[in-house]
Amino acid sequence: MNGAPGAAGASPGRIRAGHRARIDAALWLAQRVSAFVLAACVLVHLATIFYAVHGGLTAAAIIARIRGSVAWPAFYVVFIVAAAVHAPIGLRAIAAEWAGFRGHRADLATAFVAIALLALGLRAVWGLAG
Amino acid sequence: MTAGTAQAGDPSRERQSETTPPVSSSIDVDVWRGDAVGQFVRYRVPRQSSQTVLDVVTWIQRNLDPTLAYRYACRVGMCGSCAMTVNGVARWTCRTHVDRVAARDRLELRPLANLPVVRDLVCDMREFFDKWAAARGRLAPTATRKDPVPRVAPGSRERRAADAAIECIGCGVCYASCDIVAWRPDYLGPAALNRAWTLVNDVRDGGNRERLAAIAGDAGCHACHSQANCTERCPKHLAPTASIAGLKRAVSRALLKGEL
Repeated sequence: MNGAPGAAGASPGRIRAGHRARIDAALWLAQRVSAFVLAACVLVHLATIFYAVHGGLTAAAIIARIRGSVAWPAFYVVFIVAAAVHAPIGLRAIAAEWAGFRGHRADLATAFVAIALLALGLRAVWGLAG
Repeated sequence: MTAGTAQAGDPSRERQSETTPPVSSSIDVDVWRGDAVGQFVRYRVPRQSSQTVLDVVTWIQRNLDPTLAYRYACRVGMCGSCAMTVNGVARWTCRTHVDRVAARDRLELRPLANLPVVRDLVCDMREFFDKWAAARGRLAPTATRKDPVPRVAPGSRERRAADAAIECIGCGVCYASCDIVAWRPDYLGPAALNRAWTLVNDVRDGGNRERLAAIAGDAGCHACHSQANCTERCPKHLAPTASIAGLKRAVSRALLKGEL
């Protein structure tokens, strides 16, 4: 930076700010990438629901088809991971902007929501496929 | 109005004799008086053809209440100092004709939103410009005066990206129109980020690593919801939303390369 004022900044505050910027940027990127995955997954998910309902399949018949399949549980694991990444980051932004809830505690809450979504989702997949 | 201030350049004077008389003879203007605490005061102002909102404010100050505080300089849309909230929308008052905005012969004038009010229609722009500095909005040169002047091809991608954003005059209309600024007071805002984007595309600049670290994150470009209020309201027809999207891409690239 050619010695412009403020360029020397190796202060702890500056490093912390840089760390913060990296986390925020990584979360933003993760939310965008997971959005792409979700868009594809939601289409497959909805198309499957329409197909199943039109064909008059019962819940029992659907479970019977999924059991023993590798592809469907794998698909839903991807879906759940994407949702568990995507949703908490969005909730974190809403909490910050609408409720003023931000900082370290908000990050912890975000992680908690992510883990809860992941656990509930994976448990459902396990229930269907296991 | 004293004789000394009624010069040939006075816009309300010049336009009076110029054209056909307006539809109605007067307009009711509610003007914010006070600072953070205050109230609207109603003034009745004669209508004139081609009258701007700035003409109206000037008329009030010179004929009805000399204590009215407002800010302007050039009167022709170059300086960016006369922006106010006109009937709920941030605008340059010098380039806004009363005819275009005064529904039912009424005007409501407030200072710009999202900034502290100094008095009446004057807001404190300090925060706004401090954020330009925080966004590293100044050139970090890589050459000295002894080096040759760098050649920047007018058609290059970087030059065109900088051109699209460079005409900002810092009026604060975008900042006052931005919901994100209202929600997150630490958000750098459209103007500062737009300025940072011009420098990200300036091939003479060497400060991008620091700049991207300064503008990344929840108080920076990632807070933008792409609602484009700024782009809708910018009197220069710039697109800060597009600049901010460019910054998000630049930050993501830097992050993936481990340069953030």
